Amino acid sequence: MQWEVVIGLETHAQLSTASKIFSGSSTAFGAAPNTQASAVDIALPGVLPVLNRGAVERAIRFGLAVGATIAARSVFARKNYFYPDLPKGYQISQYELPVVSGGDVLIVVDGVEKRVRLTRAHLEEDAGKSLHEDFHGMSGIDLNRAGTPLLEIVSEPDMRSAGEAVAYAKTLHSLVRWIGICDGNMQEGSFRCDANVSVRPAGSEVLGTRCEIKNLNSFRFLEKAIEYEVRRQVALIEDGGKVRQETRLWDPQKGETRSMRSKEDAHDYRYFPDPDLLPLEIAPGWIASVKATMPELPGAMRSRFVADHGLGATDAATLTSSKALAAYFEEVVRLVGGEPRACANWVLGELLALLNRLEVEADASPVAPGALAGLVKRVLDGTVSGKTAKEVFEAMAAGEGEADAIIDKRGLRQISDAGAIEALVDQVLAANAKLVDDYRAGKEKAFNALVGQVMKASRGLVNPAQANAILKKKLG
Amino acid sequence: MFDLTISALASLLRDRKASSEELTRLFLGRIARLDPGLNAFITVDEEKALAGARAADARLAKGEATPLTGIPIAHKDLFCAKGWKTTCGSRMLADFVSPYDAHVVEQFDRAGAVLVGKTNMDEFAMGSSNESSHFGPVRNPWDRARVPGGSSGGSAAAVAARLVPAATGTDTGGSIRQPASLTGTSGIRPTYGAVSRYGMVAFASSLDQGGAFGKSAEDLALMLNVMAGFDERDSTSIERPKEDYARVLARPLAGLRVGLPKEYFTADLAPDVAACVTAAIAELKAQGATTVEVSLPNQALAVPVYYVIAPAEASSNLSRFDGVRYGHRAADYADLNDMYRKTRAQGFGAEVQRRILVGTYVLSHGYYDAYYLQAQKVRRLIARDFTQAFKACDVIAGPAAPTVAFPIGEKTSDPVQMYLEDLYTISVNLAGLPGLSVPCGFGDHGLPVGLQLIGDYFDEARMLNVAHQYQLATDWHRRSPPGIG
Repeated sequence: MQWEVVIGLETHAQLSTASKIFSGSSTAFGAAPNTQASAVDIALPGVLPVLNRGAVERAIRFGLAVGATIAARSVFARKNYFYPDLPKGYQISQYELPVVSGGDVLIVVDGVEKRVRLTRAHLEEDAGKSLHEDFHGMSGIDLNRAGTPLLEIVSEPDMRSAGEAVAYAKTLHSLVRWIGICDGNMQEGSFRCDANVSVRPAGSEVLGTRCEIKNLNSFRFLEKAIEYEVRRQVALIEDGGKVRQETRLWDPQKGETRSMRSKEDAHDYRYFPDPDLLPLEIAPGWIASVKATMPELPGAMRSRFVADHGLGATDAATLTSSKALAAYFEEVVRLVGGEPRACANWVLGELLALLNRLEVEADASPVAPGALAGLVKRVLDGTVSGKTAKEVFEAMAAGEGEADAIIDKRGLRQISDAGAIEALVDQVLAANAKLVDDYRAGKEKAFNALVGQVMKASRGLVNPAQANAILKKKLG
Repeated sequence: MFDLTISALASLLRDRKASSEELTRLFLGRIARLDPGLNAFITVDEEKALAGARAADARLAKGEATPLTGIPIAHKDLFCAKGWKTTCGSRMLADFVSPYDAHVVEQFDRAGAVLVGKTNMDEFAMGSSNESSHFGPVRNPWDRARVPGGSSGGSAAAVAARLVPAATGTDTGGSIRQPASLTGTSGIRPTYGAVSRYGMVAFASSLDQGGAFGKSAEDLALMLNVMAGFDERDSTSIERPKEDYARVLARPLAGLRVGLPKEYFTADLAPDVAACVTAAIAELKAQGATTVEVSLPNQALAVPVYYVIAPAEASSNLSRFDGVRYGHRAADYADLNDMYRKTRAQGFGAEVQRRILVGTYVLSHGYYDAYYLQAQKVRRLIARDFTQAFKACDVIAGPAAPTVAFPIGEKTSDPVQMYLEDLYTISVNLAGLPGLSVPCGFGDHGLPVGLQLIGDYFDEARMLNVAHQYQLATDWHRRSPPGIG
């Protein structure tokens, strides 16, 4: 039987506010345990939450970026459960009335665009951390993270493969950084995904029973976990079994998901509106003022790159995968004065390879947009060949200076003076009498060998087309 | 001197006829002598009190005094006070020393009031008799075999017995007005949002409101002048200009329209209480007020609605008492859940546990709509009843409690009878309105009776005006219990 995979993602994006969502404590990562936990964060008796305006503004930015409805009135609710790293015994979240609803995200998979609809995005506070390793027979509690603002972004079950889920997660990851609401640091947990996965017979309209997979802190794990989970569910059903609705944990060591709790064990969270917080009211004027500060969005930029620059959808998608890379590309095009496709080839080729090697963003590239533009110009005007230009690029990456200086210093200028090439050709013909004879005897291969000799003699600097023409003329 | 009001004591201090240290020693001496028979205080700290008094004297000497500077006061033991035990009358917090000050505590400190101690209360403010305290019941100074009311019973008894001139309290369903009625003191609960709840340990967040006990309406105005005002640390605190609650005390009552809810004057009201309240209303009329019958058609639903909403909020508010970070933790436990279970079973008394169970139930999946949501809808109807009534009147008058003080132990085995103690006060909390109780006579067994006045939102000054004019013509509020001299 053919199976269709159905995936929805719940993503927690940590909002990049300096202070927590309901207290004035810092949200900086990596401080000594419990040094960033105020009376409010540790839930002393009598303390009260006060909403951070910056967190709301970031939710508005997100809503605007995905074309969602931003609620004029949304409500904070308490999600009640006991856990040692949840100081109040409840998490302040949004339940029935979230701040953002609807909207969508466009993803590109194999050069094809696809729309993933969003259900909602709501504001909530993070819990602290339980540390089980360092305390023999006990658990440590670090409440530095307690109260960190999160935007939980819930997608519709619109994805049909692990690849689509990864493309969605990457697009969302890029978007939240693009609009400046989340630093996207997955190692530090600033961007975390849970995947709801189910399978159904191809063509079926009815959704299968889903499992929620947690602990997916990299795109690779997201992909692996979904692939594993799909195999598990299909095998289960084909063996006559049934998928149980449950929460499963991804184990990266074993490369498998395992059951964490079943639906029957699920908490009754007893959600109710938090009486300590008034309903959140967002006036149209606030939305308008946030809108005025929004940058051009990656989707719009991608379409523009395709329409105005003649780039392919995949290349345009890659160029807009981060705001820094897109800005880098646009700057190169501006400085070259056009030729976007040549610029795109360099940015997507040598530059991206360099950035990946160094694990840095485009805005921290050792080769600045001006430097790359200088090199691209020299390729376009024939000063250097494409092949030589790669050498120049590496030299620029190593800090040897601008393209022109490197070309001069290393003598890499392409030889296009006819007289100079003729002299070189004469030398090669004189030194390779056998090849000349072979050619004249009808061995075509000998001609290519002679071209090779000319290139070698010129250290690759001769324009190959010119060398060809002159050689042909000389050999009559 | 111990019988004087805040304003009288303040003029003694101002005129250097007494020092705050003298006053403080006087009241500390009274506490030491009389409180063992009353149990109104959980904590008294002479050293801190005297240090506060000396600081106040220095301030008085510099001529920088406020009306409260140098006046000894007490806080209900659910206001967090830095360096003070803040127990909420519970074993759970029996040894909890607060590292920070509540907004209310800060305000009194700033005004130069001298904190002498923290008063006993029903555990986590859950009760109407002060019998649910882990630290034992408070006794009514008028009859020590009887309750002082609750939950702010310690503050009420302390003011009634003249152990302090004034004290703070909180009123979630009547916890200031009912004990004021039962102890012959004046007590006010302001409009929800008038006094910051920051640092006031929460029972039911949407109903809790800090207020005060004193010996007169005028003193209550002085107390509110210190306590009330916007605080950005409480999102439900209402941002409005600071007001002088004493500004219209002197206004005559001619033209005042007093609403009498027909639902308050029924067979549920004890005849002795009814007689006192009726006489008090006659006095208001004698001063030129007119009365008008009003109706609060959903009054009968107030107690049931309250006992859904308040426990629901409490069940969540009290989740933080889990033994993990502070407060009581069971000594022996097998695992995390066992630790939670034992800690909370040991730390909370029966009434608190009952309300946590009720609250958890009404919020549970499948019951939320039928109980919590329904109660919220009726709550809006109750508030609307008052809005309607205030179209016809300026203040509403009625009883504060259905009976005079009852014997200790009489209602402890019947929670519903206990809950009905707040029959006339609870709807005010549900609507978020201000209410006060002032002494208006003595009922059966020579026990005090309170007249409740309910005002429109933020109309405390008018309520206090009415109460003050009433007190100018009567002396019920000046009567003190026997044997406290």
